[in-house]
Amino acid sequence: MSAPRTNPLRDPQDRRLPRIPGPCSLVIFGITGDLAQRKLIPAVYDLANRGLLPPGFALVGFARQDFGAKKFADILRDAAKSGARTPWRETVWKQLYAGFRFVPGQFDDDEAWQRLAVTMKDLDEQQGTGDNHAFYLSIPPALFPVVVSKLKEHGFATADSGWRRVVIEKPFGHDLASAEELNRIVGEVFPRESVFRIDHYLGKETVQNILAFRFANGMFEPIWNNHYVDHVQITMAEDIGIGSRAGYYDSIGAARDVIQNHLLQLMALVAMEEPVSFNASSLRMEKQKILANARPPERMDLHTAQAQYLAGWAGGEKVVGYLEEDGVPDGSRAETFAAMRIDIATRRWAGVPFYLRTGKRLGRRVTEVAVIFKKAPHQPFSKNDIEELGSNALVMRIQPDEGVTLRFGAKVPGTTMEIRDVNMDFAYGGAFVESSPEAYERLILDVLLGDPPLFPQHEEVELSWKILDPVIEHWKRQKQIDTYPAGTWGPESADTMLARDGRSWRRP
Amino acid sequence: MEIALENTNSARIARAMIKARRAAGSPAMDMVLTLVVITDDETVGDALKTANLLSREHPSRVIGVVLGAKRGAAALHAKVRVGQDTSGESILLRISGELTKHAESVVLPLLLPDSPVVVWWPHNAPTFPADDPIGKLAQRRLTDAESTTSPVRALRQVAANYAPGDTDLAWTRLTPWRTLLAAALDQATAPVTAGEVVAGRHNPAATLLVAWLESRLKVPIAFHHSDTDQIAKVVLTTRAGDVVIERVNELASHFSVPGSSQREVPLGARTLAELLAEDLRRLDADDVYATTIKHLLATR
Repeated sequence: MSAPRTNPLRDPQDRRLPRIPGPCSLVIFGITGDLAQRKLIPAVYDLANRGLLPPGFALVGFARQDFGAKKFADILRDAAKSGARTPWRETVWKQLYAGFRFVPGQFDDDEAWQRLAVTMKDLDEQQGTGDNHAFYLSIPPALFPVVVSKLKEHGFATADSGWRRVVIEKPFGHDLASAEELNRIVGEVFPRESVFRIDHYLGKETVQNILAFRFANGMFEPIWNNHYVDHVQITMAEDIGIGSRAGYYDSIGAARDVIQNHLLQLMALVAMEEPVSFNASSLRMEKQKILANARPPERMDLHTAQAQYLAGWAGGEKVVGYLEEDGVPDGSRAETFAAMRIDIATRRWAGVPFYLRTGKRLGRRVTEVAVIFKKAPHQPFSKNDIEELGSNALVMRIQPDEGVTLRFGAKVPGTTMEIRDVNMDFAYGGAFVESSPEAYERLILDVLLGDPPLFPQHEEVELSWKILDPVIEHWKRQKQIDTYPAGTWGPESADTMLARDGRSWRRP
Repeated sequence: MEIALENTNSARIARAMIKARRAAGSPAMDMVLTLVVITDDETVGDALKTANLLSREHPSRVIGVVLGAKRGAAALHAKVRVGQDTSGESILLRISGELTKHAESVVLPLLLPDSPVVVWWPHNAPTFPADDPIGKLAQRRLTDAESTTSPVRALRQVAANYAPGDTDLAWTRLTPWRTLLAAALDQATAPVTAGEVVAGRHNPAATLLVAWLESRLKVPIAFHHSDTDQIAKVVLTTRAGDVVIERVNELASHFSVPGSSQREVPLGARTLAELLAEDLRRLDADDVYATTIKHLLATR
């Protein structure tokens, strides 16, 4: 990277000017893939429409199918138009499209890579991208080794004057060994600060909201420990089934798909100590401490649950069971629901279990962290008065309706003393409407700005696998898998799992 | 729900507000600020429409103040609205007679507790906004020099009386230009030796642009007058060649920096609601604006 020169027109106090990345290009491998079409292209358009891309931004699509530049243009235009969040402006698209290039070719075809090199050189000259290029690997993990090694072979991994960055998507491996292998492949070619691991469920917005909530306020941190907290429930539920992803999903299952990355990251953010600063490395250090001290349950049979959904009625629609979904092999054992208890061996959290659960075809789509507090040690009210009073809870809602809910007891109006739970709601969407850009907009912008990712680096990924691997081993040894009807909140075994500890799941 | 009140006072308006809120199922719980719009009979409709658009991004309690004839007996009529296609709530106050001199006494009890207050004068802003009785209640005071008959003079007047929290919308209108220029100098790294702005003579935004460029770049910037009102072109001369940004139509401009070919980039005009939304994103003083107007008054 060249020595930093300060632009005289930029002033840190000038908060009206948006942060715009310097001249650069984004090279997307797998441009015709589902993710690129549904998310990446619309996000690039939205960024351009909001004026957040540098003049002369370039996008190179590398794809295995060759359908010519004309068709390529149509495909991208359709993708951008149907997925865009901001209003469609033909002029913006025309200007943006001037910087688009298409390179067809197989990933192991050296000629195609040379064409890519020529294209990028041209862009440096015509569009002024200044030797700054980000490579987005929107391809199945099986193809990573060939693409990454070709990037190295053809000299794409090092820049003369600009920068090179590489973006990879989850899954980051399917167990500890494969994660280490993946890290080795990518790490040999790109230095760690140039590797952006993207976990879109944990967009920076969400992470920063949790951090702001915990550490900018004085009133929550004093009770954020085992003196006051009884337990924590982290839920990521989806109402949809596996859709067309049977091939991928059946080999992975819910725990590896969601718990390893999203839920353990959320747990780390909720449980970690205050970082000394909010830069990426201090944050990572604190998260790693939590992940290193998080323990899978000792009695896997008592404190984990896995299940598959059965046919049923979900949200008013009749849906098929997991085994009847297209592409799922007969007798598949992949779990579509996973729940487990995790204990964190630190002074702050000893004795406070974290219950993690995720699943497909559950009651509704929701991601949330619920901190459930201990009951008041003494109640001056009679038992009858507080019959309907539950535990106080603080719920950080992550999606779809981002916000915070505080649940506490209040007196029911009337002459009798009767206390009942009420909710106090705060919605980010209510107080700040504009912001909340689509996660991918923020992610792409961060990559182009070179903002050190708040996303996991390889240590965190490996630590997460160390927590999850023993649970999956245990599940593999089971002869049977539990089931639950589609559209409900999971199997009975998950309820029993909490009942053993004298607790119950919150209905999110 | 809408409640109209004749010959009323602030306490009765506040009670109507609570009633309307309950009737509407308390939709307006997350309001972040109070926006006071000071206007007259002619412009109140448009101003409140803009304010309601704005409350989609910044849910707010909008208080429209219509100052009527100064003569005659003091009178206060109000209309309270909650829900009905807006995310916030609005109060329209019609004030006349002796009370016009004490409008702040009506507004004060109606402000949201503890939340920031923003005053916006769509037209006829006072020359000393921070000294205005209602202006005094606010953290942010928004004036609009372009709405006056001699915009540059109006800008200089409010600039001369600047207090932290003031901004003129001319400055807000400039943001897209400033963004492009800053992006240009991200690419053109050679030092700037001179510059030129081509714009209408009476364009307050252009006046601010010249002052901003001078104060940041520390080189003289020439101001050439054009026939059109808008900013037509900006040239920054660097040792490596010229940075040129030239408007080609209402939506786009040509952008060229030394060492790469000319490109078309978006540069559209924004609506009043969008401008205000940008301004309300920050509720503290705009220091860069303060530096710029200081430079403007010192040099021109």
